[in-house]
Amino acid sequence: MSSSPSTPVIPWSSEDMARRAAREIPAGAVVNLGIGLPTQVADYLPVGHAWLHSENGLLGMGPFPFEGDEDPNLINAGKQTVTILPGGSTFDSAASFAMIRGGHVDLAILGAMQVSATGDLANWAVPGGKVMGIGGAMDLASGCRHVIAMMQHVTKKQEHKLVSACDYPLTAARVVSLVITDLGVFEPSGDGFRVVELAPGVTRDYAQARTGAPLG
Amino acid sequence: MIGRHRDKVIASVAEALAPVTDGMTILVGGFGLSGNPEALIRGVIERGVRDLTLVSNNAGNLGKGLAQWLRAGILRKVICSYIGGNDELHTRRASGEIAVEINPQGTLVERMRAAGAGIPAFYTPTGVGTVVEHGKETKEIDGRRYVLERALPGDIALVRAHVADRFGNLRFWRTARSIPTTFTSPASTSTASSTSPSTRTRSSSAP
Repeated sequence: MSSSPSTPVIPWSSEDMARRAAREIPAGAVVNLGIGLPTQVADYLPVGHAWLHSENGLLGMGPFPFEGDEDPNLINAGKQTVTILPGGSTFDSAASFAMIRGGHVDLAILGAMQVSATGDLANWAVPGGKVMGIGGAMDLASGCRHVIAMMQHVTKKQEHKLVSACDYPLTAARVVSLVITDLGVFEPSGDGFRVVELAPGVTRDYAQARTGAPLG
Repeated sequence: MIGRHRDKVIASVAEALAPVTDGMTILVGGFGLSGNPEALIRGVIERGVRDLTLVSNNAGNLGKGLAQWLRAGILRKVICSYIGGNDELHTRRASGEIAVEINPQGTLVERMRAAGAGIPAFYTPTGVGTVVEHGKETKEIDGRRYVLERALPGDIALVRAHVADRFGNLRFWRTARSIPTTFTSPASTSTASSTSPSTRTRSSSAP
């Protein structure tokens, strides 16, 4: 598949990526949306489509509250005030992480720094950088039944983020089943990434030049 | 212990914190700025104890709450899951003033749950293949690898509840429950302040 050199590359915006990620969520699924980019996925889910889990102890999370309706004791894992839907529940942290570790959360959509061809995820620390902490990242990555990573395809310095092997500290090994970037949707296949979908104007060659492992 | 069904409501923070002594391991509830027992946090500083080990998810956030303990210089060690924008902890960690141990959040809370439930250690999949497993025993069970994590008991837990009664029963509101209820079980003593400012409850949760 080739396109003429004049076809403009239109990378997906973060809204496009969130809309695309929302399509991966089956009705009734229990889903944890990570801090940052993945939080936006909720904007593209009909209210009540899925059970949103927040690891600080909330299942059945609703939209952000209107101004004046905020409850400082009803927050998500990103410490933003949220709402709770009818049928939702709150619980202590030990129960919340038992849900995660025990495989009761169907899907986690997480931000990422690097994803390897074998599905390794690195999203908690930059080598030589200030250690911000782990939070729920390792539990979510290793405990949820499926993990989708969402990230820009390359760093601001144009370094690869889809790689053969992560050189950033790992969050969990062999857990990512799908990567959604501004250039498309990619599936770790062991020795590379299978192209599932490409953003408008993005050719396989264009994506390959920005990927640190073979695209299949 | 006999006679523990006394009225547990205590009139002052100072009296509630009387059991706190130098070198203790203190578990403090709160996630971000939600559920922090502010009055008790201030009370520990006023009590003048030192060399404390603090167990908390964030160990202070945006300069508030437990950040006061960092500034007061009363901590020897912090066990937490996320530092994030807590610059005061970053600085004291870098200078070596405070030892910092970072655990995955689910491992941190399960270590405390285990301590409260009489379980000395447990195998978890979280952290396998990462820096978290360094120096720890690992084991393959039914084809999957796990890392052995030890229980984390505390000497006293400080939590903020929504409502407390004289028997030491606590109610929490919404997500302010998250860390506090996990924290009360492994401590030999739990001290709660309710949102009603005149009411403090100290309840022993030892079996």
